[in-house]
Amino acid sequence: MHSFGYRANALVTFAVTILAVMCSLASLSDNFNVPTPTADVKVLNINWFQKQPNGNDEVSLTLNISADLSSMFTWNTKQVFVFVAAEYETAQNALNQVSLWDGIIPSKEHAKFWIHTTNKYRFIDQGSNLRGKDFNLTLHWHVMPKTGKMFADKIVMTGYRLPEEYR
Amino acid sequence: MGWIGDSVESIRSLQIRHLLTQIISLGMIVTSALIIWKGLMCITGSESPVVVVLSGSMEPGFKRGDILFLHMNKDPIRAGEIVVFHVDGREIPIVHRVIKVHERQDTGEVDILTKGDNNFGDDRLLYAHGQLWLQQHHIMGRAVGFLPYVGWVTIIMTEKPIIKYLLIGALGLLVITSKD
Repeated sequence: MHSFGYRANALVTFAVTILAVMCSLASLSDNFNVPTPTADVKVLNINWFQKQPNGNDEVSLTLNISADLSSMFTWNTKQVFVFVAAEYETAQNALNQVSLWDGIIPSKEHAKFWIHTTNKYRFIDQGSNLRGKDFNLTLHWHVMPKTGKMFADKIVMTGYRLPEEYR
Repeated sequence: MGWIGDSVESIRSLQIRHLLTQIISLGMIVTSALIIWKGLMCITGSESPVVVVLSGSMEPGFKRGDILFLHMNKDPIRAGEIVVFHVDGREIPIVHRVIKVHERQDTGEVDILTKGDNNFGDDRLLYAHGQLWLQQHHIMGRAVGFLPYVGWVTIIMTEKPIIKYLLIGALGLLVITSKD
């Protein structure tokens, strides 16, 4: 009954239980945080816009992204993954999401940022539908916790339009 | 002489009963583990509800040895989600983030492109030869929860099988010899 093995077992079980409870509580506490992020993305320039030999449209953009995501950080936040995607509808596809830029925000101090960049990933359509296309730019974020549940949400910015002609 | 035979008989039957109890309790441990695993499969809808991160391709978000909880439902896959997928010809599934999605208007089929946060380029080099997109049937689940370090237990056990056998042997011995 009071052997070494019995006591060791009781101690380990208790320690693991407490650890599990604390991890769950840390994860649950994230639910009390209501983030109020702000973001603004400007398309400064269409660098070039052409049809690839295989028939897909490709466009290169220069973007200005500014955002304040500091309200997302809680004590259980390891990092925030943030990315900007172009989203549009075509005759063939109900939804096209093309990631243009992404970044990892390691801490609250870096969560208010401003960046001037060309698209990091290629903006290629499935087909040739981009001329004169209206599209949304969506800033998505993915909160990765130290432990527990991950959160994700987005801000949709509308009213962007690609030129009518290749250039 | 009858009473000696009786007492020997009673001891023997006691030992058999004791042995049977131990075997049953061992069986209970194994089956309850199985029940938990299969139950998780039902709840999450994923064929492997828990996966261990094996590579550093998602660092610093997920490190080697972290555990991910997967969930699978009818919701369509969207950009930004972290999915676990298997590629034809590769045994070990991969955990990466979706960066591009094209969803068909008529059939609702999706073309998905993934990338590891820590990798320089997208995953087309990891896909089967000539494969440009992942389809829905490649996806095993999306990651919804995260637990650090716990996966090291399985990594150590798969890479150093001797530790696994030692552990199983010690636990088995403990169960067989325990007297409560």
